[in-house]
Amino acid sequence: MKPAPFAYTKARSVEHAVELAGRDGEARILAGGQSLIATLNMRLSRPTLLVDINGLDGLDGLALKDGAVEIGALVRHAQAGRSDIIAKNAPLIAKAIPHIGHPAIRNRGTIGGSIAFADPAAELPACLVALGGEVVIAGGRGERTVKADDFFTGLFETELGSDDVLKAIRVPAANAATRIGFAELARRHGDYALVGLAAAARAEGDGLADIRLAYFGVGATPVRARKAEAELARGALDDAVAALADDLDPPDDVQETGAVKRHLAGVLLRRVAKQLMEGRQ
Amino acid sequence: MSPQPAHDITLMVNGEAIAESVEPRTTLVDFLREALGLTGSHVGCEHGVCGACTVRLDGVIVRGCLTLAVQCDGRRVETIEGLSDSGELADLQAAFERRNALQCGFCTPGMMLTAQELLAAGGVPSRDTIRAHISGNYCRCTGYHAIVDAIESVAQARAQQG
Repeated sequence: MKPAPFAYTKARSVEHAVELAGRDGEARILAGGQSLIATLNMRLSRPTLLVDINGLDGLDGLALKDGAVEIGALVRHAQAGRSDIIAKNAPLIAKAIPHIGHPAIRNRGTIGGSIAFADPAAELPACLVALGGEVVIAGGRGERTVKADDFFTGLFETELGSDDVLKAIRVPAANAATRIGFAELARRHGDYALVGLAAAARAEGDGLADIRLAYFGVGATPVRARKAEAELARGALDDAVAALADDLDPPDDVQETGAVKRHLAGVLLRRVAKQLMEGRQ
Repeated sequence: MSPQPAHDITLMVNGEAIAESVEPRTTLVDFLREALGLTGSHVGCEHGVCGACTVRLDGVIVRGCLTLAVQCDGRRVETIEGLSDSGELADLQAAFERRNALQCGFCTPGMMLTAQELLAAGGVPSRDTIRAHISGNYCRCTGYHAIVDAIESVAQARAQQG
């Protein structure tokens, strides 16, 4: 199908984008467009105005700052995938990126766009939650920061208001004790996952502490498996897998039944627990 | 909503300067096909899944259906027509023919542009790497095996030539 008509404006600055978006309640911010333009073509969304932020200064930076990795909203997946800063300091994101779409999608899609679009089956929102990261937002009332655990509020819904522009994400930089794990199951490499798991932890003695398990493809948002986290912290993998019955309640979807997804979540937990115990990936 | 004002854009397409007026909602692949008559880039799924519309934007492959023509103002676009005329894909095209890596040909332009990006990185990628790289390009005729054969043979031949 073809998109319904919309107006298009190229923003001159982040402030200009905020102003344009605030003036028109049905405006959408256009970054990489790899999800948004698909929804336009399918007429699943019909904004009146697209505010294009591509090319704006200051949104495509990638830097290590005060113990955190800051990734600008317009950093493309391919750029992040090539980055030494990401590979060294945000290895969970480096491990997730090859699973995002396909090469042509990764060349164009942006980190900020993935987070803002908040597809419940997407990789990066779950990574952000697993890492306990945060989102930097510019809005009509100035700049603010929202924790990942609070950012994703519902199906394709986030803390972003209609006149907000996502500027960057920040995740804590990895250190020698950081352990990460990532696995997903998809029918075709690069498709949205049936079920996926992004995880982070801190090595402590022979075990793991501060475990964060963020599942994707199992609910309306990335879902923390908190009971399984507690069991895994005791070193009880079988109990952690069993605890997923309480943590997760995946609905049936066009790809699989909820029961199959819950089973696959356990399969992924065993794989990811192994990665966490094996050391830094 | 009624039709929106057209935007004037100028861009380079296959080395030629183009000045056109486009509606904001026109995708890059529709612009190439309908305004410029470059029908080698195909329109398949129109939501980024099939890869038939793959073109190059500023030197890297993108989905022609997930990029708006208006966003290409001041940019450089290359299509199968340009890459075919320049000879950049000549060995790949010959390998596809030799290995029966196409039947109906609908996926072939997108498949070649995608393969060329992997090949341009150099070396001889594993068959698994080739398969992962072309995972975003659907082919409904070949079963992919012959396509992987063709890409692998070109990688080997180019590596031998240094």
